[in-house]
Amino acid sequence: MQRLIKGQAIVDDAYVLVRAASSLADVPQGVPVIVPLGLWIANRDTLRARAAVGVWLAPAEDPFALAEDLASLPVIAVDFPAFTDGRGYSSARLLRERLGYKGELRAVGDVQRDQLYYLSQVGFDAYAIAEGRDIDAALSGLRDFSDGYQATNARTPWFRRRDAQGPSA
Amino acid sequence: MYRYDQFDQRVVDERVAQFRDQTRRYLAGELSDDDFRPLRLMNGLYIQKHAPMLRIAIPYGQLSTRQLRTLAHIARKYDRGYGHFTTRQNMQLNWPQLPQVPDILSELARVEMHAIQTSGNCVRNVTSDHFAGVAGDETVDPRPYAELIRQWSTFHPEFAYLPRKFKIAVTGATNDRAAILVHDIGLQLLVGERGEVGLRVAVGGGLGRTPIIGHVIREFVPRAEILNYLDAILRVYNRYGRRDNKFKARIKILVKERTPAVFAKDVEAEWEQIRGGPATVPGEEFERLAGFFVPPRYESLPKDDATYRSALQDNRPFANWAQRNLHPHKVPGYMIVTVSLKKTGVPPGDVTSDQMDAIAHLADRYSFGELRVSHEQNLVLTDVKQGDLLSLWQQLKALGLATPNIGLLTNIVCCPGGDFCSLANAKSIPIAEAIQRRFDDLDYLHDIGDLDLNISGCMNACGHHHVGHIGVLGVDKSGSEWYQVSIGGTQGDRAAIGKVIGPSFAASDMADVVTRLIETYVDIRHEDERFVDTVHRVGIDPFKERVYAAAD
Repeated sequence: MQRLIKGQAIVDDAYVLVRAASSLADVPQGVPVIVPLGLWIANRDTLRARAAVGVWLAPAEDPFALAEDLASLPVIAVDFPAFTDGRGYSSARLLRERLGYKGELRAVGDVQRDQLYYLSQVGFDAYAIAEGRDIDAALSGLRDFSDGYQATNARTPWFRRRDAQGPSA
Repeated sequence: MYRYDQFDQRVVDERVAQFRDQTRRYLAGELSDDDFRPLRLMNGLYIQKHAPMLRIAIPYGQLSTRQLRTLAHIARKYDRGYGHFTTRQNMQLNWPQLPQVPDILSELARVEMHAIQTSGNCVRNVTSDHFAGVAGDETVDPRPYAELIRQWSTFHPEFAYLPRKFKIAVTGATNDRAAILVHDIGLQLLVGERGEVGLRVAVGGGLGRTPIIGHVIREFVPRAEILNYLDAILRVYNRYGRRDNKFKARIKILVKERTPAVFAKDVEAEWEQIRGGPATVPGEEFERLAGFFVPPRYESLPKDDATYRSALQDNRPFANWAQRNLHPHKVPGYMIVTVSLKKTGVPPGDVTSDQMDAIAHLADRYSFGELRVSHEQNLVLTDVKQGDLLSLWQQLKALGLATPNIGLLTNIVCCPGGDFCSLANAKSIPIAEAIQRRFDDLDYLHDIGDLDLNISGCMNACGHHHVGHIGVLGVDKSGSEWYQVSIGGTQGDRAAIGKVIGPSFAASDMADVVTRLIETYVDIRHEDERFVDTVHRVGIDPFKERVYAAAD
């Protein structure tokens, strides 16, 4: 079974990521699946009746298209066709902070160690490390930095915490 | 100036450790060239013609003498004993060895410096007015705001992988010395009717392949909202900026394609959602940051120092220098001194380690131990007593750092060009030198008066040639180096893009071309008219005719 970084640990992952599917016939049954947004929108009612169906978003796809579905989706995956394509970082923050999504938010595609810290700060909590990359080594990327300045999904900005908990000059 | 606390220090230290590990993995073959490239670029490291090039940030141009001495030491130990100041308040080292770069970063971190985001498709080193805090025309000191933006932009997780590079400049003065209108975001600090501080926001300016002057999309963002507003702009850009074509990926193209009005609406809609949110900056934070930029202990001095006045009368070379390299200070009895790094025969912006140490010594002795780096590639001592000027000048002169040419034709702004840069189409340093040698008569130079001459070795425009009164652009024509000339560009609050005068020239013609341009100006200028004003009054034709008539 494929492995996934979930939270801070490596776990087995049962989900099948269906990248290309022109119709429901292309979607395997009886296993947890993550389907493309277009397929989900066209077959919402059917898919909702099945257990464990998630949706993945391409970088240009609008997270607001899922606004009505968030409560019922166990997982949303955001695709990074190349790790240098940073649109998914904004998608993640919008899903978490604007739309209040609480389920698993998974980074898929060209997901590598050196991006994990950033990904963890914008709301991702699961990382499907790209094929051919060492997932065990990648795990440490989550700890590249212990804190940061900005307001993110994971923290308030440092200037709001400085007095409460901070080391001073 | 700003001093790191433990939090700031830890961020930089963790970056050094991260980059050390990335470099190790690259050298061990665990990261491919393609994997490593974006990572090293985000740390200012290019692979150049001869060696890697490391670009070190000097955030908003503020530099302590301790930091300058460290730069001198690093250039001596890891490079060839010199560094190059760029047009964006950075220092570039041209000859470091890749395996040693983590050690360089570690030495920088010890003096609260770094190379974070000095390149790559991310928010770059924030720049500002090199006269901040001391200029008479300043409304608001931009440095606390620049520091706030430095912190906000440092490893901003949402905006680490933008479509393209992103440059922010901030000024708080009436005269814009930070070229804010040719930045992706240009911020002008203002004081509102009730004394509240806010920022006028321009977006989509930039030079490069498609030079555009920035558009103001909001006249006044209250300062508490500035990070929310920046987040809104960056989010719209990150989501919708073009990623299909590198040459159309800057925010200026998005602003142009959507129109500034529509882009502004998109930003407003996003801002509306996050306004008042966690990134809203409390007044105490502005006060805390402002506390790092309190004025030094100025002495109470007369407005005019008698010894300085008499030296101006008796000493012609000193007076020449004073006329060009001094600017008025807001405190009576003090002056702002520009140390020219534009001596003929030395690549513009280059400084040796020995000179850096000597300048640090002079800044300690005469200017409270701090300096500035200007986007015109010079150094600035901001707080010198009039009574010390003669002595300072004598010492600078002995160091070859007192060329009296600030604002003059030979104060050439110039990128490293084809001698070093792998992006360049043509060399730029030898062109600068040929022009400087041609205009070696100081009286003539002073008679020509204010003139910005900018040279870029390619259309990436690191030498800001578009906004030079005379701009020179290196172009490649079937494998050989040619130079396109434009005139009438201006920087500052009335920024304008220069117009190309015609077909390009060979390197050997360039000094002649500039000579013809200047002769034309001298013949037809009105009294008190600068070169660029004459160009704007009469257009480019008289200049063009003279230059090309001579060529026929």
